[in-house]
This record gives sequence, C-alpha cells and structure tokens, in this order.
Amino acid sequence: MKTIKTLSALALMSFALLGNAASVPEDKIDTLRLAPLDSEPTPPAMQQVLNKDIKQARSYPMQPPIIPHKIDGYQLDLKVNKCMSCHARTRTGESQAPMVSVTHYMDRENNFLAELSPRRYFCVQCHVPQLDAKILVENDFIDLDHLLKAEQTQAKH
Amino acid sequence: MREKLARIWQTLRKPSVHYSLGFLTLGGFVAGVIFWGGFNTALEATNQEAFCIGCHEMENNVYEELKTTIHFTNRSGVRATCPDCHVPHNWTDKIARKMQASKEVWGKVFGTINTREKFEEKRRELAEHEWARLKANDSLECRNCHNFDYMDFTRQSKRAAEMHSTSLASGEKTCIDCHKGIAHHLPDMSGVKGW
Ligand code: HEC
Ligand code: HEC
Ligand code: HEC
Ligand code: HEC
Ligand code: HEC
Ligand code: HEC
Repeated sequence: MKTIKTLSALALMSFALLGNAASVPEDKIDTLRLAPLDSEPTPPAMQQVLNKDIKQARSYPMQPPIIPHKIDGYQLDLKVNKCMSCHARTRTGESQAPMVSVTHYMDRENNFLAELSPRRYFCVQCHVPQLDAKILVENDFIDLDHLLKAEQTQAKH
Repeated sequence: MREKLARIWQTLRKPSVHYSLGFLTLGGFVAGVIFWGGFNTALEATNQEAFCIGCHEMENNVYEELKTTIHFTNRSGVRATCPDCHVPHNWTDKIARKMQASKEVWGKVFGTINTREKFEEKRRELAEHEWARLKANDSLECRNCHNFDYMDFTRQSKRAAEMHSTSLASGEKTCIDCHKGIAHHLPDMSGVKGW
C-alpha cells in the first residue's frame, strides 16, 4: 500500500515537471484574445444583427433556416413564446410569417400533435439570427450538390 | 402703517360696496389660476419616476425589467420613464388616473403584490388593465413619442413597414395590439388575442 502511494506521488511530481518543461510557447497558442491575460483590452464594437427580412438559402435540406430578422427582446420562456405569436399556424394570416413546418408538430415517434411539440418549443436551440461580422474561422463546408457533381465528373473519366 | 393695515382689514371684512362684481370675479379667476398651478406642480412632483419606484413592488419587478429594454438605454439616449407610458399627460385624464391610483395605496396597505410570487400571480390582471387603457385611448402615451405621421417606412425593417402601412395606417389596430411586453415581462399569454 505504502509503495503504491509513494510511486503515485513520484509519478505526479514527474508529470508536473514534464508539463512545465513542455509548456507551449506563447506565440504558439492560438488565441482570439490578442492581449496579455492580466490586461483588459477595450472590447471591439458590437456587431449589428442582420435584420434584412430576406430568407437565406439552406445548406442542406434538414438545416433549420437561419432567422432573417432581429429577435431582440423577444420573450421566450415557459410563460410566453413570442415567436409563435407570428409563426403559429393560426397567426400566419395576420403576421405574413412562414408557418413553422409540420415537423414542429411531430413528436419523436412521428405522431402529429395538435400543438407545437415540446421538443420544438425553444426555437433558438436550432434557429439563430446572424451578425454582420467578419468570419473568424474559414468555413470549408462543401454543398452536397458540388460533391455530387465532382463525383459524377470523376466517374466519367 | 398699522392704521393703514386696519383700514384694509376693514374693507376686506365689510361686504363689498366699493368693488364691482366684475373686479371680484376677475380676482377670483386670478387666484384660481394661482392655486390650480400649485396643484399642477404637486401633481408633477408625484409624476417623477422616483415616486413610482419608491415602492418596492414597482422597483423590484417592473423597473428591473424595464432596465433591460430599448426604452431604458438606446443609441439616441431618449429614456422613457414610468409616467411617460402610464399617466396621461392630458389634464382631465390625469386627474382621473390619480383617483384610480388611490387604489394602489390600498394595495400597498393590504400587500396584494408585495412578493415576487404574488406579483407574478397578479400580473396578468394588472397587464390587462393597462392593455385595456391603451386600447381605449388609441395608445396615446406611445404616440406622445412615436408619431405615426413622421414614421419613415423606408427606414423601417420590412416586417415593421408592412404592418405599419396596413393595419396601423387603416386604424384597424393600435400600437398595443402588436407591441405587448415592450417594457416589462409578459404574464402567461394563453387566451390573449393575437397570441
Ligand atoms: C412580428 C412577427 C414575427 C415574430 C415575433 C418572429 N418572426 Fe420569424 N419571421 C417573421 C416573418 C414575417 C418572416 C419572413 C421573413 C421576414 O420578413 O423576415 C420570418 C422568418 C423567419 C424564419 C425564416 C424562415 C425561412 O424559411 O427561411 C425563421 C427561422 C424565423 N422567422 C424564426 C423566428 C424565431 C425563432 C422567432 C422568435 C425568436 C421569430 N421568428 C419571431 C415574423 C416574425
Ligand atoms: C430541434 C430543432 C428545432 C427547433 C427547436 C425549432 N425548429 Fe424550426 N426548423 C427546424 C428544422 C430542422 C427546419 C427545416 C426542416 C423542417 O421543416 O423540418 C425548421 C424549419 C422552420 C421554419 C421554416 C418552415 C418552412 O416551411 O419554411 C420556420 C419558420 C421555423 N422552423 C420556425 C421555428 C420556430 C418559430 C420555432 C420555435 C417555436 C422552431 N422553429 C423550433 C428545427 C427546429
Ligand atoms: C404605494 C406604493 C406604490 C407607488 C408609489 C406606485 N405604485 Fe403602482 N402599484 C402599486 C400596487 C400595490 C399595485 C397593485 C394594485 C392592485 O393590487 O390592484 C400597483 C399597480 C400598478 C399598475 C397596474 C395598473 C392597474 O390598473 O392594475 C401600474 C401601471 C402602476 N402601478 C404604475 C405606477 C406608476 C406609473 C407609478 C408612479 C406614478 C406608481 N405605480 C406608483 C404600488 C405603488
Ligand atoms: C415604454 C412604455 C412603458 C414604460 C416606460 C413603463 N411601462 Fe409599465 N407597462 C407598459 C405596458 C405596455 C404595460 C402592459 C403590459 C405589457 O404589455 O407588458 C405595462 C404594465 C405595467 C404594470 C402591470 C404589470 C405588468 O407587468 O404588466 C405595472 C405595475 C407597470 N407597468 C409599472 C411600470 C413602472 C413602475 C414603470 C417605471 C419603472 C413602467 N411601468 C414603465 C409600458 C411601459
Ligand atoms: C419617452 C418616449 C417614448 C414613449 C412614451 C414610448 N417610446 Fe417606444 N421608443 C422610444 C425610443 C427613444 C426608442 C428607441 C429609438 C432608437 O434609438 O432606435 C423606442 C423604441 C421603440 C420600439 C422599437 C424597438 C426595437 O427593438 O427597435 C418599439 C416597438 C416601441 N418603441 C414601441 C412603443 C410602444 C408600444 C409604446 C407605448 C406603450 C412606446 N414605445 C412608448 C421612445 C418612447
Ligand atoms: C399590426 C401590428 C402593428 C401595429 C398596430 C404597430 N406595429 Fe410597430 N411593429 C410591428 C412589427 C411586426 C414590427 C417589427 C418587428 C418587431 O420590432 O418586433 C414593428 C416594429 C416597430 C418599431 C421598430 C421599427 C423597426 O424598423 O424595427 C417601432 C418603433 C414601432 N414598431 C412602433 C410602433 C408604434 C409607435 C405603433 C403605434 C402608433 C405601432 N408600432 C403599431 C407591428 C405593428
């Protein structure tokens, strides 16, 4: 028992030493902070939420469409669902908003429900508005159509 | 000096023989204006937001919520205070509203909303009073700041312009029909028209 304890203590110590020796040099840390940890740089200006009311294309059929309008101050909690005051089936006549699709009325066994399915209640789990911001990380997503085309041209050769 | 004062006093005490009815009426009118003005100032004093949030019921619930909305801080720096939205600026409306406000003092004494739970339970009822009031006066308080005639639809978002140029312009709907909950959290909205 005692030997095990001493051994593990030794192992821990050597780990600590090793960790120190192999610590990553500062210029190799990939960070978005760009300022020493002990200083507080002025934050960059807040970006505008895109509020153009123009629907965006979806990247794949199952994608939850992004929200083309701002949602500042829209209450979404157990008491109130502001989104449904426009997007519910009965509300679309007045609001001229697209109705939440039928999948929002289905439970996980694919039964149709009379009301919005609880798993679709909190809209912003899946749908988000976009910011007028510079992309920080390049996105190398390839659309399915392009993949298919590339495969077809390859098959021809 | 004393004699002079005594003479004036005498004149005041005696039924009027020297002064015409016209003068007396005019004097009464001037005095009335002065008193009315004083009353007005007293009303203005209670209009201050500080007065409203002097009660914890108002401060801990609705005021805290207001702080997070566009009517508290915004790029233009125009701040809407409680009386801007809740006490009509119009004279007669104002008095009527003050009379109703005595009910609030009653509420304070009997603690109808003195905890967050009680407030939340009662919020639907209180909100409905406000909706009814704003509906009845065609959202007068909102329009004191937001004048429909000067709304530039080309500068509004498409969603906003579409609604404002149709239902609002035709008078079929008023601000509060579409803009509930812009200043405070909403109660359970089941059964409310438009939800
Ligand atoms: C005042 C009414 C209104 C409210 C409230 C509202 N929306 Fe919308 N929404 C619209 C309208 C109208 C459109 C159509 C495009 C446009 O005009 O912006 C739309 C479009 C969308 C779309 C795009 C649909 C597509 O096919 O591309 C999504 C997603 C969406 N809204 C989600 C939400 C969510 C989530 C909320 C709540 C946080 C919400 N909306 C609240 C009116 C509303
Ligand atoms: C679990 C994720 C999820 C949640 C939560 C969710 N959605 Fe969706 N939504 C989707 C997906 C995925 C699609 C696209 C495929 C589809 O129609 O099912 C979609 C489509 C939509 C569309 C476009 C419908 C059409 O026919 O063009 C609207 C509008 C929408 N959602 C609104 C909402 C609103 C409002 C809420 C909240 C009440 C909500 N969604 C909650 C995943 C979700
Ligand atoms: C004496 C403490 C107190 C003060 C000061 C006060 N309130 Fe209230 N307020 C209350 C209470 C208590 C209620 C709930 C009354 C009830 O139970 O019906 C209430 C209710 C309200 C309501 C709901 C309206 C309704 O008809 O049900 C509004 C709006 C309101 N107050 C606004 C204000 C404003 C604006 C001011 C400042 C001019 C103010 N209050 C000052 C205690 C106060
Ligand atoms: C921009 C306008 C606006 C301002 C500013 C405002 N209110 Fe309200 N208030 C409303 C509206 C509209 C309602 C009706 C309920 C709703 O839609 O949220 C309301 C409702 C209330 C209610 C009833 C309970 C509820 O939550 O519905 C009380 C109490 C109240 N306000 C007090 C205040 C007090 C106190 C202040 C100042 C700290 C204040 N309000 C500032 C617009 C405003
Ligand atoms: C004291 C003046 C004042 C009063 C009273 C007032 N507002 Fe406002 N309202 C403003 C200001 C200022 C803004 C923010 C303008 C800006 O900087 O974009 C604003 C913004 C708004 C917005 C835009 C919100 C957004 O997210 O862009 C709506 C909607 C609104 N008010 C509705 C109302 C309604 C409804 C009422 C009546 C219950 C009301 N206002 C009463 C001054 C007022
Ligand atoms: C028929 C419904 C309807 C009526 C009535 C209505 N609005 Fe709106 N309003 C909207 C919608 C929808 C939006 C855009 C979505 C949002 O801001 O939530 C909007 C947005 C706004 C904005 C922000 C403008 C922008 O470009 O985003 C202001 C300010 C505003 N409304 C004030 C008012 C005032 C003041 C009244 C009464 C004179 C009023 N509204 C009446 C539906 C309405």
